[in-house]
Amino acid sequence: MTPRAVLVAAHGTAGQLLPDTRTARGEGDPPVATPVRSEVGTPSAAPPGGDADRPPAPRRLPVPALVCGLLLALLCSVPAAVGLGAAGLSFGEALGLLRAGLTGGVVAAEDVSAYTIVWELRLPRALLAAVVGAGLAAVGVALQAMVRNALADPFVLGISSGAAVGANAVLIFGAFGMLGVWALSGAAFVSALGAMALVYVVARSAQGMTPLRLVLTGTAMYYGFSSITTLMVFAAERGEAARSAMMWLMGSLGGATWQSVPIAAGAVCAGLAYLALSARRLNALAMGDETAAALGVGAERFRRELFLMTALVTGALVAVSGTIGFVGLMVPHATRMLVGADHRRLLAVAPPAGALLLVWVDVASRTVLAPVELPVGVLTAVIGVPSFLLLMRRRGYTFGAA
Amino acid sequence: MKVDVDGLSVRIAGAHLVRDVTLRAGSGRLVGLVGPNGSGKSTLLRCVYRALRPTAGTVRLDGEDLHAMAPREGARRLAALPQEVVTEFGFTVAEVVAMGRLPHQRASARTSAADRDHCARALDRVGAAHLAERAFLSLSGGEKQRVLIARALAQEPKVLVLDEPTNHLDIAQQLEVLTLVRDRAAGDVPGGMTVLTALHDLNLAAGYCDELYVIARGAIVASGAPADVLTPQLLADVFGVRAHRVRHPESGSVQLLFDRLG
Repeated sequence: MTPRAVLVAAHGTAGQLLPDTRTARGEGDPPVATPVRSEVGTPSAAPPGGDADRPPAPRRLPVPALVCGLLLALLCSVPAAVGLGAAGLSFGEALGLLRAGLTGGVVAAEDVSAYTIVWELRLPRALLAAVVGAGLAAVGVALQAMVRNALADPFVLGISSGAAVGANAVLIFGAFGMLGVWALSGAAFVSALGAMALVYVVARSAQGMTPLRLVLTGTAMYYGFSSITTLMVFAAERGEAARSAMMWLMGSLGGATWQSVPIAAGAVCAGLAYLALSARRLNALAMGDETAAALGVGAERFRRELFLMTALVTGALVAVSGTIGFVGLMVPHATRMLVGADHRRLLAVAPPAGALLLVWVDVASRTVLAPVELPVGVLTAVIGVPSFLLLMRRRGYTFGAA
Repeated sequence: MKVDVDGLSVRIAGAHLVRDVTLRAGSGRLVGLVGPNGSGKSTLLRCVYRALRPTAGTVRLDGEDLHAMAPREGARRLAALPQEVVTEFGFTVAEVVAMGRLPHQRASARTSAADRDHCARALDRVGAAHLAERAFLSLSGGEKQRVLIARALAQEPKVLVLDEPTNHLDIAQQLEVLTLVRDRAAGDVPGGMTVLTALHDLNLAAGYCDELYVIARGAIVASGAPADVLTPQLLADVFGVRAHRVRHPESGSVQLLFDRLG
């Protein structure tokens, strides 16, 4: 083929078509004038008119520095969270006991009950808050890409409300008593998986699991499961049972024990590892199933993998902490505002950010109205909503152009 | 790289969307696919870029069955610009182009200097280097198309599939995009990149394509050089329009003037 003039378009607008700049063309060449190099300048010196009415390039924070900062803050926050609390224990005393526990030091006999509070209640609780926060944020990131919907959160597929049915059956009717201390978590996890299987079966069609079908099915299931839960709360004879059911629905880290932390941590670590290896595929999926296919990512299969992984992690998290809202919805958005939409950056920053947020929210839930404990879900919203709205307005964020 | 589509059929829910299509695109050729709306252009192309598995038939690249390859393997040879890009995510142009490297990267590997180099070169080739840090969604239609072509080029494909790349573009942008594609078909890979594109505008198809395939109701009804294919009879039969053929005064290629329907 004959060599052709290289096309360089004018910036911002399409190339100019000038009759006197057509290049000589061979027989059979397309009958078009070649857009000529713009005289306005090189690409780096684009004319001001073209770009003036467009949003400026988004400012992004450097990811390594941000991640280090968040991890450092988290490292300081966990002991601080252990030190803060309602039990008439000073910050210094609590930290001293924590150090004693970590270094195998000696605890005086009169401090044993305080030591138990620090070591058996507050520390696992702070750690669980970090694990759950990280997990919810990561799953939220994955689900928003998986269904390409800004309103998606870890509970969008109806998994949380399914888990609530099982948990409330335990709390209100004392079901699954044979499982002993595992009854609540076990029932929540099993019913989460049941809900997930139901959503999966219903959302599948000949055309595959499309994002819209998934979201609609999940939402419909959510209403169905919620009404069952509500019925159970109304049917409860004991007011205290209804209260704990309510507490569970709003989320609480009060059940943290040294048994629940490793289970949740294992699920979250596995989920994070899988997502870290899938970050580029998530980018492709976010651009649409067709684009993903063209990039060698089978959307259908990838979405199935994501469905399974997010459901397992969500099920594990819901089993230990109830349904803590907001974190999985807003931390991904807030992170996108700071570092952009690339999932490699998002998945590095969102988990530590979610962990940090939840550690402090849990501290607040224990201390604000002490000795009464507030549901974590209420406080994530109380603290999160204004800061999120502020961030959104200041950075001019739309889901569209972060 | 040669593309051979043989006996390809797609049946969805009882409807025959594509039936027994055979199509050949030789190395370095720019092959156009034209036909009325709903004739099966997109369905056929989706089988070629693997968004859809055909009910029957094969797509082969230099003789190798594309649908038998691992998806990544196929994506290293064939890139595509699907018709609709549905995203609400605020990727930058550089991030969109970087996605083209996906089939070449291991999941755990960091982005290499070579990857970045490929992306920068691809953006440069489409004249969009100055857009790199802009938000993809803030671009005009023509700029978006150029960036998506850059993403496809970053994929280092030997075959490029485009589904109506000139949709929603003004005339200058249409010419710009097709010229870009045409230049790529001629250059890059030894033997030239093979391009298969669906086009709406028959005059653009006649002006740019080496060969045309006409598809109607899922089946190929004519193929060959544009001048041989775009006859008044075929245009009446397939598109239901009356057309006069004229020669372009400069290039000599066939161009069509349309009458009112009937």
